[in-house]
Amino acid sequence: MAKSLLIISRQAPWAGPSAREALDIALAGGAFDLPLGMLFLDDGVFQLAPGQQPVQLQQKNLAANLQALPMFGVEELFAASSSLQERGLAADTLSLPVQVLDDAALAALIDRFDQVVTL
Amino acid sequence: MKFAIAVFSPAHAPSSRRALRFAQAALAGGHEIVRLFFYQDGVHSASGNVVAPQDELDLPAEWRAFVSAQQLDAVVCIAAALRRGVLNAEEAQRYQRPAANLPPPWELSGLGQLHEAAQGADRLMCFGGD
Repeated sequence: MAKSLLIISRQAPWAGPSAREALDIALAGGAFDLPLGMLFLDDGVFQLAPGQQPVQLQQKNLAANLQALPMFGVEELFAASSSLQERGLAADTLSLPVQVLDDAALAALIDRFDQVVTL
Repeated sequence: MKFAIAVFSPAHAPSSRRALRFAQAALAGGHEIVRLFFYQDGVHSASGNVVAPQDELDLPAEWRAFVSAQQLDAVVCIAAALRRGVLNAEEAQRYQRPAANLPPPWELSGLGQLHEAAQGADRLMCFGGD
């Protein structure tokens, strides 16, 4: 049986290529039908903020690429409740359908996956 | 035990040195390294153009010697490497860049190699990252 991998994405979309490179790991694994999850943690939750205008920074729109996750079979998507709260983001405004988890649930989530990679 | 080792930090970061020391210790302890995978700023450790001061650790040189001596499968992510100017001769020619800085033993390949390594290993060990 394939090993499951949780990708923890901790960087804002405007903070260099980390957010995109975390997404690329997910999309590459999805293309191989691997059991994957993706958790947006700390500044990573900014990737889910609505109404972003990356063109102003001459950047591509990461939010559009994130929408591809379910199409690539990556449907286990999570965000940390405390990270959202700290940054003033409301769960019902996010640009991706994620499960919002409290800290205890985060620990259980990480425990559930065979392997974890954090970017 | 079979290890897949991923390196995300640049050559000068402490985590990159720990990655090398871990890899050396793993082999010394009779374990197997399925693959080394260099991603994000980790691709800089594969650059043949790093010049370390004489009295400092030359991590890229150590990696190169280690990978060659142990004949390890050492993959540098092609997308991450192109973005950071780490090119082998073929890519330098393809993109008409003035120099190549990724000599053997490194191989350029895609992220599928990271997943394949993780699937074939008992443990995925990541160094660096955020």
